[in-house]
Amino acid sequence: MNSQTPLLEIRNLSRHFGAVKALQDCSMVVRPGEVVALAGDNGAGKTTMIKALSGVYPPTSGEILIEGKPVSFGSPQEARALGIETIYQDLALADNLTIGANIFLGREPMKKRFGFLPAIDRKKMADAARDTMAKLDFHVKRLDAPVSNFSGGQRQAVAIGRAVYWNAKILIMDEPTAALGVPEQRKVISLIKSLKTQGKGVIFISHNLQDIFAVSDRIVVLRRGVVAGERNIAETTHDEVVKLMIGG
Amino acid sequence: MSTMTTEAAKHVAPEADHADTGKTLMQRIAQLRAWLFLGALIITFEIWARLSFGGTFIFSPFNWQSVAIFAVAPLMIAVGQTYVIISGGIDLSTGFIMGLAAVVAAHIVNLAGLAMPLPVAMLVGIMAAVAAAAIPGIINGLLISRLKIPPFIGTLGMFGVARGAAFLLAGGTTVPVNNSWFAMLGNGRIFGIPYLVIVTAVFVLVMHYILSQTRFGQHNYAIGANMQAARRAGIDIRAHILKLYVLSAMCAGLGGALYAARFTAGAAQAGEPLLLDSVAAVVIGGASLFGGSGSIIGTVAGALVIAVIQYGLVFLNVEPFWQFIAVGIVIIISVLIDQAQRRFSGGKQDE
Repeated sequence: MNSQTPLLEIRNLSRHFGAVKALQDCSMVVRPGEVVALAGDNGAGKTTMIKALSGVYPPTSGEILIEGKPVSFGSPQEARALGIETIYQDLALADNLTIGANIFLGREPMKKRFGFLPAIDRKKMADAARDTMAKLDFHVKRLDAPVSNFSGGQRQAVAIGRAVYWNAKILIMDEPTAALGVPEQRKVISLIKSLKTQGKGVIFISHNLQDIFAVSDRIVVLRRGVVAGERNIAETTHDEVVKLMIGG
Repeated sequence: MSTMTTEAAKHVAPEADHADTGKTLMQRIAQLRAWLFLGALIITFEIWARLSFGGTFIFSPFNWQSVAIFAVAPLMIAVGQTYVIISGGIDLSTGFIMGLAAVVAAHIVNLAGLAMPLPVAMLVGIMAAVAAAAIPGIINGLLISRLKIPPFIGTLGMFGVARGAAFLLAGGTTVPVNNSWFAMLGNGRIFGIPYLVIVTAVFVLVMHYILSQTRFGQHNYAIGANMQAARRAGIDIRAHILKLYVLSAMCAGLGGALYAARFTAGAAQAGEPLLLDSVAAVVIGGASLFGGSGSIIGTVAGALVIAVIQYGLVFLNVEPFWQFIAVGIVIIISVLIDQAQRRFSGGKQDE
């Protein structure tokens, strides 16, 4: 398993805000088909790590490698173009638009109506939405319904579907289960598993240790800006992870 | 612990949506409410006309021409306003931008008429009016997109600026126009259809196309629903909002030019009573002031509702003040229907 080239490798990443060292020499890897949980108490540096990976701000020092090649990005758009997609807690969906329109938001496919008049190709968007959602085992019939008509878990599936459609290799999911009820949380866990089988790398940020243990292969624990420990999920326990998080 | 993992490990598919594929009755009513109002009004006026003087409201083509002419002026503003309201903003300055454009159109048509043939002078005048209207539009757009001034306040300021500028340009009076082509555009007909109505119909079709079929229109809906999502999707919000307010102002500019053609005079107060009518037309037509919903077709229906009320009450010899009451009631009912529909479909609603 370790012989594979990692999808994403972070080497000695540091990010300082003035005198505050939010991240210090942090390293981690994500391999294809692997779910890595990023855990830590508030202020441990999880958000800083995500923001550095998703292009919101550049690291002070250190390297990010995608499939072995060093990369750097100045904006979330550049990170996305390199295959890193971040799914925020609030999902960033336009509630009044269809699933297809959300998948294609900002890069809508165009066709020529009557041979000359450019128009948005809604059929292509609907077809892509149906196929992408089917990959995530979410079979949509109401392709012309706005996403506000769907439940929390289904909306999460739409946000993930958007990333999948645009060939994201690495998905960073920030608290994907936090705002959901228990049955919906199960569905999201299940979605993450289907991403795994498609060979995507997932970085999963959560406060919920049960979810982390249910879905992750490895867990990286941050504490006050440094990597406090890294464990294979199969070889650790809740207690050990909590000890790593709070120190001691 | 181990039971927990195995249970969660079992694949749980996201629920397929088995819910009815059709729309609920409430949503249908809410979407078509402007047309339902229009139908109800026409039937009411028809019965009223027959009972009170044995005449007809529907079957007189003259009535329909008059209603169409009534609807044209607020519709020009309302179409631009539809875009702005869908994006979650509002443009209060369009009424006086229209007045400003009417005055500019009158002056330029007169001046150009001295140097060039009348039809060319007419076109130059109309283009000058639209271009002049774009200037306050650009300022509105820059204030709102770059300096983050709330649209309500920014355009309220421009309302005053445009009003003053229009009266200064007009010298405090109305500016008469001497151009037979221009007067023809405003009052002539072809096969009984006023030119004004034809110009407006073409304009409405183009604006409908832009809103419903282009990326600009699509992004407009997305920005109105969730600006953060639109920004993360890589849409240039600042450029979009700037274009939006320029578009709204240019619609008002064209409206001003047509006003000057209809009355063969430019008046600074041309659009004064039309601003609120235009907002009302957009709201009756199904847009929400929260942003994210609305359509040009709905706005056309909304403008027709207002025009039918205004013309119909005059036709039936009712004191004109009842118009305000009737339009006000229609606006309130319209918003009530919208709120009820949102409660059912789980959209945004006022707390």
